[in-house]
Amino acid sequence: MARTLIHAPATAKRGEVIEIRATIAHPMETGYRSGDDGKVVPRNILRRFSCRYNGELVFSAELFPAVAANPYLAFHTLATESGTLALTWEGDGGFLQTENVSIAVTA
Amino acid sequence: MDCRAFILLLGVSVAASLAAGWASGQTPSAGQRRSGFEYMGRSTQAMQQDDTLNPGMLWVGEGEALWSRPAGAGGKACIHCHAAAVSSMRGVAARYPAFDERLARPLSLGQRINQCRQQHQQAAPLGAESQELLSLETYVAHQSRGLPVALPDDARLAPFLLQGEQRFRQRMGQLKLSCAQCHDTNAGKRLGSSVIPQAHPTGYPLYRLEWQALGSLQRRLRACMSGVRAEPYAYGAQELVELELYLAARARGMALETPGVRP
Repeated sequence: MARTLIHAPATAKRGEVIEIRATIAHPMETGYRSGDDGKVVPRNILRRFSCRYNGELVFSAELFPAVAANPYLAFHTLATESGTLALTWEGDGGFLQTENVSIAVTA
Repeated sequence: MDCRAFILLLGVSVAASLAAGWASGQTPSAGQRRSGFEYMGRSTQAMQQDDTLNPGMLWVGEGEALWSRPAGAGGKACIHCHAAAVSSMRGVAARYPAFDERLARPLSLGQRINQCRQQHQQAAPLGAESQELLSLETYVAHQSRGLPVALPDDARLAPFLLQGEQRFRQRMGQLKLSCAQCHDTNAGKRLGSSVIPQAHPTGYPLYRLEWQALGSLQRRLRACMSGVRAEPYAYGAQELVELELYLAARARGMALETPGVRP
């Protein structure tokens, strides 16, 4: 499990625009570099990030070799109802990680 | 203007510029000292100051997990002897490198963590610059964030401190440059596009955007050495610890920033 830093409000008013920030520890190895032994280091990058709010996709992004290590993504969504934000990173070598954040929405 | 007057004028201007260079070439006095943080752009400063943006916090989080994870034959974790790091480790990193009585030499914080692992946890030492060691070191140093560097006035450290200072002023490598020539004489000016900081190690271990990773002060020192085409001292070498010691003495009273972010 890669370590993550997720910042999302624990509570929000209905209709409020909320900001979510997410960083994940990942080398984002491009596949274009060679190691100390002169051999090419195999590519190991995250390909896709998505955020589902109670199952509904509210944000997604595709990542490429030019993205720096430990990628940071910030985005906004509308607070609609109490529930869970599921943040998912998918990448090379079958990398798959989901982190859940709870949010309580008041009227 | 006759020739002699021109030479005299030239002599005066050279002397003036030398004097100016000499004045700015000194180790900065207490009031003139600046952390590398102050030379950074606003966006990089914001990145360091906001814990939800600072990638170094990934290592702090990892270190926090390792703090309570048992290791070695003793089955003990850091937390079993030291309790919660938030209180027990507060101010500790500000006093490093510290003198070790048994070895009769100063140890860096990373070396002290490894010594603890071997003696009290009966565990294998962690590799230099390994993620585990960097995480623990960052977590411990993070507990002193905001506190002033407080290297003790320990007479036993004095000879090592002197060695460190001499090494700081000693020219090295194919470029024959000393640390002082860049970081005292030309601090604040640019080397290529980068500002040369005053060599105050207040943010270590820190996240360098260039490295795309977190690294120790020894990694930074070694990178500088290969920059002047010198053979870097090995990780954990006495010479590097002495340099760390001298740098900590220069930064006495400056606030620790761990985990710092630098470009």
